Amino acid sequence: MTLSVGWTTQTSWGDSVLEEISALMGGFKVALSWYNLLLMLVGILLGVIIGVLPGLGGANGVAILLPLTFTMPPTSAIIMLSCIYWGALFGGAITSILFNIPGEPWSVATTFDGHPMAQQGRADEALTAAFTSSFVGAFVAVVMITFLAPVIARFALKFGPPAYFAVYFLTFASFIGMSKGSPWKVVAAMCLGFALSSVGMNKVTGDLRLTFGFSELLNGFDFLIAVIGLFGIGEILSSMEAGLKFQGAAAKIRLGAVFSTWKTLLKYWATSVRSCIVGCWMGITPGGATPASFMAYGLAKRFSPNGDKFGKGEIEGVIAPETAAHAAGTSALLPMLTLGIPGSPTAAVLLGGLMIWGLQPGPMLFVEKPDFVWGLIASMYLGNVVGLIVVLTCVPLFAAILRVPFSIIAPIILVVCAIGAFTVNNSMFDVWLMLAFGVIGYLFQKLGYPLPPLVLAIVLGRSLEEAFQQSLRGSQGSLGVFFQTPLEASIMLIGIALLLWPLYGSIKARLGGGGGSSGGGKAKGVAAAPTPVSVADRLAVLKRDYATLKRELDAATQINNRLLKAEPMTSQAIDLQNATDHSLENAIDKIRSRLDALKQQNAFLTR
Amino acid sequence: MTIRLTLAAALVAAVALPSAALAQAWEPTKPITFIIPAGTGGGADQMARFLQGVVAKNNLMKQPMIVVNKGGGAGAEGFLDVKKNKGDAHTLIISLSNLFTTPLGTGIPVSWKDMTPVAMLALDQFILWVNTEAPYKTAKEYLDAVKAGEDKKFKMGGTGSKQEDQIITAALDRLIAPKKFTYIPYGGGGQVATQLVGKHVDSSVNNPIEAVSQWKAGQLRPLCIFDAKRSTYTGKVTATQAWSDIPTCKDSGVDVTYQMLRGIFMPGDVKPEQVAYYVDLFKKIQATDDWKTFMEQGAFNQTFMSGPDFTKWVEANDKVHYDLMKEAGFLAPGR
Repeated sequence: MTLSVGWTTQTSWGDSVLEEISALMGGFKVALSWYNLLLMLVGILLGVIIGVLPGLGGANGVAILLPLTFTMPPTSAIIMLSCIYWGALFGGAITSILFNIPGEPWSVATTFDGHPMAQQGRADEALTAAFTSSFVGAFVAVVMITFLAPVIARFALKFGPPAYFAVYFLTFASFIGMSKGSPWKVVAAMCLGFALSSVGMNKVTGDLRLTFGFSELLNGFDFLIAVIGLFGIGEILSSMEAGLKFQGAAAKIRLGAVFSTWKTLLKYWATSVRSCIVGCWMGITPGGATPASFMAYGLAKRFSPNGDKFGKGEIEGVIAPETAAHAAGTSALLPMLTLGIPGSPTAAVLLGGLMIWGLQPGPMLFVEKPDFVWGLIASMYLGNVVGLIVVLTCVPLFAAILRVPFSIIAPIILVVCAIGAFTVNNSMFDVWLMLAFGVIGYLFQKLGYPLPPLVLAIVLGRSLEEAFQQSLRGSQGSLGVFFQTPLEASIMLIGIALLLWPLYGSIKARLGGGGGSSGGGKAKGVAAAPTPVSVADRLAVLKRDYATLKRELDAATQINNRLLKAEPMTSQAIDLQNATDHSLENAIDKIRSRLDALKQQNAFLTR
Repeated sequence: MTIRLTLAAALVAAVALPSAALAQAWEPTKPITFIIPAGTGGGADQMARFLQGVVAKNNLMKQPMIVVNKGGGAGAEGFLDVKKNKGDAHTLIISLSNLFTTPLGTGIPVSWKDMTPVAMLALDQFILWVNTEAPYKTAKEYLDAVKAGEDKKFKMGGTGSKQEDQIITAALDRLIAPKKFTYIPYGGGGQVATQLVGKHVDSSVNNPIEAVSQWKAGQLRPLCIFDAKRSTYTGKVTATQAWSDIPTCKDSGVDVTYQMLRGIFMPGDVKPEQVAYYVDLFKKIQATDDWKTFMEQGAFNQTFMSGPDFTKWVEANDKVHYDLMKEAGFLAPGR
């Protein structure tokens, strides 16, 4: 299948492309031995296990398994290691969706919609969407590596510190606009994240900051500890408060889920394409997989017609970050091969592996060791296909985990989280830190502060600051350096535009909307409908609103009646009730707010 | 024991066949923790993982070697860990120059005196690199241009702050006074070399292994090597040049020498026979062909030292760093 894609779309490109295809064929010949296929399978399985255990990320996993490969020929070794890498990427999504615990930084954005889907009993859909999107993202990136490697390698050289800063700035800017609640709460959460990310040694000045003499704080706050606490422990605390009921218990094991989800996925091709572009670009530049996933999520939210439903279990909210993260993660291998700079911690360990086999990554690798490079690229194609098949066949199995009662699964999650936190640095201090972050996560949920901006700032705050400091050192303190070349200036301007977009929207809504809109803090100018001017128009809107209201009320009543009729309360009926509980509550909430708005408008009109 | 360690131990043990039992006074009885006081992907990390690979491949030890990165606080995290584990003969640490620079620059209470010096494996070289498109053919030409140019106009890229790269830059600053380089620190050596290719900095003092690929590709030009003698490796690296063709900086009229220790240390209070075991182990490693290839690839200065010689060398080098850092104003308050 992969070959036909290559042929049909690329033959018109001329001789150089033909050359690359024949090189790739040679690569397939190397990769497609029984021994290598077996290594791929083993690698994927080990990778999934590594990805599922929080704390034991891809970088650690590859580092641990590196010695295993010393006795193999270099090509087989790198095939197995890169398959562990793919497996870990796939595995990271599993815990994010099922338990709200992202195993890797780039899985954080997957939790936003993936976990709500699992809570609604749609874990299998979410997992299928995540795995398939990962595959699509990675596949597109591999195709790009195959045909555009030299061009891209040259482009990456253009990135100096100001350009890096511009990329990080763009990530934060595209994220601020997607806030649901008060923008001030987003800024507050982000600032707390920046403060936490400044702990430890500043690499540019070489000074220690905010360590208060604790040697444990020398390294700053590890992202994994923060995320395991904020998401995993925070989630458990909230669920406990909700009365030990885990809504995902309604998870059904539907064998056809994979195929039915695939049908839905086709509808969101635009999101996939957009996320692929974001991911490939961020992987090359090399902003990395984490900013790519956040940015793709932010963009999907803005451009999707269902944007306001994001965060409540929208399948697009799973597709976007997964596609982008994997496109970026795969393209990140390119700077490693052609420039010798690792695009991610895992790539750094792989780089160490290359050196051990006597391979020197850099501009000469493609010339000196073509067999190795094309073998690796071919294994990227095959590894992804093998990986997708392996994880998809396991979807019903993974989804079934949620049928275990909360009172049993919660302590297990807690223990796994604690082990994960301990493993990051082999330090008990981190376990206490994880619990502290858990309390912060719970408080954030209670007080309506968003977690994502906090996490984003913890992950990227340091890189942002370093790029800023490096740029200013080079420019002797002049801020003009960020607008000096078209590359930096255009990225910065897009960032500023994204940053000001919600502000513009809310100003527009305020100017045009008169006193009609309640709660100015919503800042969702894009979604706001044009406000009618005449009384007749207003009445038309009222009528339409009433019609919708009535329809929703009828629907809710119908569901209710069906529930009441289902007697005796069999386990199936309980399942049904659990599943509909959520949508019923939503509907009633909506009706109530509509009713309030109606009354308000009526009062306004009669006055 | 953590999952990670036991998992690693099991996997490594599964690969390594038991070697022929040699009569040893002391032998490790459990897996060795090999600490790298730096992040993944750097020079120390590469060497440590390479050592681990050589040990596993040649069955040089019955117990597996587990590599752990503890790079927090410019390596202080790793050194503090070794200091804490007094008397533990199953912990090793590989050192780079941050053995001296981190305590001096940050004031963190740790010193090489808290550890037991085992062996010097090699000395890593530093080379002055410029982009091939730059007009400078010799180190003197380049420094003259910096001296004649605007103050702080020339950018020197390097790894870390107040560490080896910046110390060399400060030493070069003395030669071009009152002008100065603008030193820009990056995360790792590979990144510095790439930034030099992209002309975001004007020069670097990359280790050979960090920039060799760009040299081969004709993107970077070596001007001089910061060693007292030329490199001994005469095999051609590019079409026309070998490592030995690079002149020393001193001969090029730039009187600066600097080399970086790649050495092994143990925690304090370990027994002499335990140290002897590891000295013997590293001697065996050095006899392997893999090691020799690795040394040549990175143009390392192959000097092996152990025992009192090594301790004396470390002591003298500590003093050298103190003086260099004092002059550059890099010392932490109270040092």
